[in-house]
Amino acid sequence: MTEQMTGAQALVRALEHVGVDTVFGIPGGAVLPAYDPLYDSVKVRHVLVRHEQGAGHAAEGYAQATGKVGVCMATSGPGATNLVTPIADAYMDSVPIVAITGQVPTPLIGTDAFQEADISGITMPITKHNFLVTEAADIPRTIAEAFHIASTGRPGPVLVDIAKDALQDMMEFSWPPVMQLPGYRPVTRPHSKQIREAAKLMIEAKRPVLYVGGGVHKAHASAELIELAELTGIPVVTTLMARGTFPDSHPQHMGMPGMHGSVSAVGALQRSDLLIALGTRFDDRVTGQLSSFAPNAKIIHADIDPAEISKNRHADVPIVGDCREVIGDLVTIMRNERDEGRKGDYSEWWQLLNGYKQTYPLGYESYDDGSLAPQYVMERLSAIVGPDAFYVAGVGQHQMWAAQFIGYENPGSFINSGGAGTMGFAVPAAMGAKMGRPDATVWAVDGDGCFQMTNQELATCAIEGVPIKIAVINNGNLGMVRQWQTLFYDERYSNTDLQRVKRIPDFVKLAEAYGCVGLRCERPEDVDATIQKAMEINDVPVVVDFVVHQDAMVWPMVAAGTSNDDIKYARDMAPKWENEE
Amino acid sequence: MSRHTLSVLVENKPGVLARVAALFSRRGFNIDSLAVGPTEHHDISRMTIVVNVEALPLEQVTKQLNKLVNVLKIVELDNVQSVQRELMLIKVRTDSESRSHVLELVNLFRARCVDVAPDAVTIEVTGTTDKLAAFVKVLEPYGIKELVQSGMVAVGRGARSITDRSLRALDRIA
Repeated sequence: MTEQMTGAQALVRALEHVGVDTVFGIPGGAVLPAYDPLYDSVKVRHVLVRHEQGAGHAAEGYAQATGKVGVCMATSGPGATNLVTPIADAYMDSVPIVAITGQVPTPLIGTDAFQEADISGITMPITKHNFLVTEAADIPRTIAEAFHIASTGRPGPVLVDIAKDALQDMMEFSWPPVMQLPGYRPVTRPHSKQIREAAKLMIEAKRPVLYVGGGVHKAHASAELIELAELTGIPVVTTLMARGTFPDSHPQHMGMPGMHGSVSAVGALQRSDLLIALGTRFDDRVTGQLSSFAPNAKIIHADIDPAEISKNRHADVPIVGDCREVIGDLVTIMRNERDEGRKGDYSEWWQLLNGYKQTYPLGYESYDDGSLAPQYVMERLSAIVGPDAFYVAGVGQHQMWAAQFIGYENPGSFINSGGAGTMGFAVPAAMGAKMGRPDATVWAVDGDGCFQMTNQELATCAIEGVPIKIAVINNGNLGMVRQWQTLFYDERYSNTDLQRVKRIPDFVKLAEAYGCVGLRCERPEDVDATIQKAMEINDVPVVVDFVVHQDAMVWPMVAAGTSNDDIKYARDMAPKWENEE
Repeated sequence: MSRHTLSVLVENKPGVLARVAALFSRRGFNIDSLAVGPTEHHDISRMTIVVNVEALPLEQVTKQLNKLVNVLKIVELDNVQSVQRELMLIKVRTDSESRSHVLELVNLFRARCVDVAPDAVTIEVTGTTDKLAAFVKVLEPYGIKELVQSGMVAVGRGARSITDRSLRALDRIA
């Protein structure tokens, strides 16, 4: 059964067929034909954002909160180029989004026409794949292929650029289309020989660590991970992208590794003799100086993307596959081994690790002058709001404190910009998360620097009825940069002071101007009441201006390019590793 | 560093060459030579890429190339187990006196003279990189006015074809 319609109608119909219920975007000349049938769709809700970057991050937040593909839409030229940052962000963090952009009509492509930009060329290195569609008849198949590519294998962003005449021309619509992707075959089943080899190493090891990355949650393998950890008794570290994939409260959880990881997690990796790396990519923020990373460890590396394996660190046992299948197979084989009396003995290892945990817990400074420590805000948020909320962070100090001091118990409950480090991520991503999961409480934890990059989406939230809550950790500075200036640039604070004393802008008034509730909290004794008040408001967005001490720093820290062994848990305070007997 | 010859089967679609070239430049891999052309199947193009890398980055090159959705298959062709050829056109200065010397060299290298002018000849020669380099060296004393060279193309020896399985994959969707 085919039906005559325009390319634009076919686009909307195809979006409905692949299950899209929300699209974030802004119309414009080249994409206008698509917005006409979109106006009539009862299945697809279009959310008019205030800046295309907001549309892209909202699609990312939506995708991460729901596990579905997020969708954003923009017009040609500047509309499309404004999507570049969120597309790059989604590429770095493997977030499944589809970006649909209008393009100038086919005869004008290449003529430097009004609002023309070669967005498929521009996004080539930051998309999993992209398409330029010039024929109306190709639209349904391309949409099906785009969603398939974005959501399978290692997820990622896909851009579909559609020429205006392709949207306007008539075509024959039928569904489902036949996908034509002969070169796209992600491997999901791990090789059994590699699984056996991994099991052998896990039993022989004296100091194994499960090094868990974002891929484990993306594979929905949190339950399998907990089973594997409890079955084997192996300690677990969760990277920034994996916070919540293994419960923070679990006694086997050693914390987050990396530049601002806990001493126990970093120490576990450095002292390990076997890393079982699952859905993680040995990012430089985790390894520190690569040559001195986990120097005595053999590596089992499981990832769905073969190109990640042995990219940064040689894998002794490479396993290509979906983490859920890999971990499931490991559980099966380790259970059989245990039933036959073969099990690793990690008791001495645990003695050492528990020592690290007790001696070097996360901590922070309080201030005698009664000013607010940002870490305290995080602790109270965590205690009052609880682990069932989504926490969405921007990038910088507040992001690290949110990763460290909020307790995550549920997979995917911490959403942030990890690989790209995109300031301004939090507000639109929180909006997208809340639209995808309207039942859940969504707290954005943002910095005052980040907040000023994308807070225009407060208007979208207020108008569209998206009651997110935003904790602005306001230290009046580009705090993380200031911290580096303190430590590495002789306290020369070049261009990091956002001039908080002048209260420009006044975040409370700003919130009110956008139709949100604005609250301010400047003293520790007011934190609980302020958070509770914010929790009671559920009809409009709430912005809380937490005015915190500007000298607060993120600790522990491994300085960029140095060895993890040189971690400091406070300024000039190095842990003693030699308390291993 | 060592030279590796990769045969890459790709879908015959617009922009594929740009994707491959962009990937090489972004990941910092050096291309010594690149040749693209149609194959016996109209939906498949074949690229022959000569890269100059160590073994470990080579593995990264092929893995990253494999991630491109339009790439169907990658085979590394070993120097011994494959036939590798480049084509060169060389315009050499000649006069009535030197022309016969140059033509003698053309015969020795099994090259061909494809154009003759009073003061120059244009020579077509195919062969391996080494042979072409040797030929250029002996012509240099006469004065090379212009030289243009193709990328290397290569094919494995024996009866097996690397396109067979990729063709079957394409047939399934056709």
